[in-house]
Amino acid sequence: MNDGTFRAGTLVAPTFRLSEEQIRILHDSSLRVLNDLGITCFNEEAVSLFEEAGCITAISDGENAWNIRIPEKVVMEAIESAPSRIVLGAPDWANRLILDSREARVYFGTGSETNIFLDTEIADFVCTTDSSITMRHPIYKEKRGTILRLCESARLCDSLPNVDFFIRNVNIQDEGISVSNKDINVFFASLLYTAKHVQAGLVDISSLDNVVRLGEIIAGGTASFQDNPLISFIACLIKSPLQMVEDTTQKVIEISRRGLPLVISSSPQGGSTAPIQEEGMVSLINAEILAGITLTQLVNPGTPALYGAVPVRARLDTLHDFYGAPEFIHYNIDCVEMARFYNIPCYSTAGVGDSKVPGIQATVEKLFSQLAVAQSGAQYIHYAFGLLDRTNIFCPVQAILDDAHISLVREILRPPIVNEEVTEASIVEIRKVTASSTRLFARHIRKQMRRGLVSQPYGLEGEGDRDEALENACAKLKEIQETAEKQLSDEVIDEIYKKIAGVLPKDNFEL
Amino acid sequence: MVADELIREIKTNVVMGRVDSSDEGYDGKMEGKPGVSELVRDAIKQDISGKRLIDALSEAMVTVGEKYDSGEYLIPDMLAGAESVGTAMDILEPHLIHSDVKSKGTFVIATVEGDLHDIGKNIVATLLKGAGYNVKDLGAGISAEKIVEAVKEYNAEFVGLSALLTTTMIKMASVIELMESEGLRSKVKVLIGGAPTSPDFAKKIGADAHCRDAFEAIDILRDITP
Repeated sequence: MNDGTFRAGTLVAPTFRLSEEQIRILHDSSLRVLNDLGITCFNEEAVSLFEEAGCITAISDGENAWNIRIPEKVVMEAIESAPSRIVLGAPDWANRLILDSREARVYFGTGSETNIFLDTEIADFVCTTDSSITMRHPIYKEKRGTILRLCESARLCDSLPNVDFFIRNVNIQDEGISVSNKDINVFFASLLYTAKHVQAGLVDISSLDNVVRLGEIIAGGTASFQDNPLISFIACLIKSPLQMVEDTTQKVIEISRRGLPLVISSSPQGGSTAPIQEEGMVSLINAEILAGITLTQLVNPGTPALYGAVPVRARLDTLHDFYGAPEFIHYNIDCVEMARFYNIPCYSTAGVGDSKVPGIQATVEKLFSQLAVAQSGAQYIHYAFGLLDRTNIFCPVQAILDDAHISLVREILRPPIVNEEVTEASIVEIRKVTASSTRLFARHIRKQMRRGLVSQPYGLEGEGDRDEALENACAKLKEIQETAEKQLSDEVIDEIYKKIAGVLPKDNFEL
Repeated sequence: MVADELIREIKTNVVMGRVDSSDEGYDGKMEGKPGVSELVRDAIKQDISGKRLIDALSEAMVTVGEKYDSGEYLIPDMLAGAESVGTAMDILEPHLIHSDVKSKGTFVIATVEGDLHDIGKNIVATLLKGAGYNVKDLGAGISAEKIVEAVKEYNAEFVGLSALLTTTMIKMASVIELMESEGLRSKVKVLIGGAPTSPDFAKKIGADAHCRDAFEAIDILRDITP
């Protein structure tokens, strides 16, 4: 039951792609990969941890790296120790997320760190051969990622009802941003404009304590932050195939040491850095994620680590990521099922368009994965809002379109409520209406509307004969821009400036 | 309950769309309290005049219409109000025979022969009842002969013909032709509706008006009612 202290998400009755036997086969093959082939690790501290746990290590790659063969026992103990239920906090208590591997409660959020921010304007056009024919059409302008655009994105996502969490989605490239101050400014810009959970990767491990202090100030103290971890981290630990890179491994160690929630993510590309066939891809990515989760538990048993699956397929003409591929959906659903098998909440991927602009192609590519991956019961679906051109563009208008579409996805996935009581009430209704002169059930719809069981028309529907979805999305964006406000009080902002170094001057964040 | 209070309650219950006490009403909180059926019966026992009751029902339906126009109500709410009024009118009818209350006119409505689709026709009938017309709903799949017979029997001023199929809409023409040959056509206004019909089709078969939906039917009737 939702007692109002966390977001409801969408509780789905998951569908399954893999049989129990197939899950077992994939599990065994991943264990074989880890035990027989092992991973290549470039971080000495991690090597020591694995060694102490009973793994077989050997120097490789001209003494720059070690091969670590991880036996089944070590992996299984880590899986046992990893929490099956993870709470991600939020500045607004009601925005907290409960990720429980035993229930298919689906949350959707943003993702990637795009370099391009795509603005949309609607312009009027006149037909060149018949000036009486006019039409409205979008014009797109590509802009560079900046702090202000990250602020704008956070403000937008705070206002969109179907965005459950905010992963920083714009790469800030302002002049004053450097490796040493980027992380604190990313988290500050995000938390200034959203009261939802904020998640990001770290550029510089030395920023970690600064970022945690920011979280503590916003949460109201160290103890409050522990109860309500309103920020968390993504660690792209693995470079596929099977390599743990030095700096990200160190970040995982430090974050785990502090017991903070983190995503252990791997993003192999089927056809280039992973096998293209489903069973090969899943055997590999599952091994990679299990190796990462094992590391978190060796550092600090009980570290809240999400099973972070970002498997993609390669396009065969360019070897770019191919998010609209049906295989992308297959890979992701399989990973959701593997995570469930291990009782670890799943960070999954859906809703990316290969298209460079909003439209039919983007909608088709996004919707299939949003629906199918959510239907599999992934707890935490990132990349679901505004991403175009694979993960290179964030488009606010596309995020509004995605919000409307995810609203429909949630309705589609609403589980059935069939029990003796409601079914009996329906029989009474049928009896009543068939005995009436009108024989219409319309009057009784209202009761079901109050139960939240009657879905609404498409949220961006137009009034005329034209498809007005894009225009309506632009209008909605304008409305949000004019009304949404900062989420931090002046007192909290002042305290942040007083206690935390590296935050750029306030005018950099003023929308 | 005294008369004024009873009238107020009847209006409230029409606006809430409560046919009887088993309805929970628009706000979902009224189950178990008397609805329009119980209240109207009570009013009859108290000898409240038919005219006063009908005025109250009409006023309440105006409120329902305003709420629909403002977007507060959706079609189910509008139909619930109309159904409440229709039920009240059925209860009141025997008591109005000797009173000076007149309906807005008698409206015979049917889905034509060969077509059993009656959802649209039922919605129109419900809303017309709610709007104060004396509606005689003949049902679905009704022959031209039966429709014309009903027009004579009820001395109807209006006929509404409905069809959903392109194969049955042509039967509307047969009804109008039969009314002409029976000498009834000039005394009766014929309104048609249904998915395949159009203003052009109405003109072609000699109907008085084409109604896009139930709401347009009421608007058209308001315009052509003397």
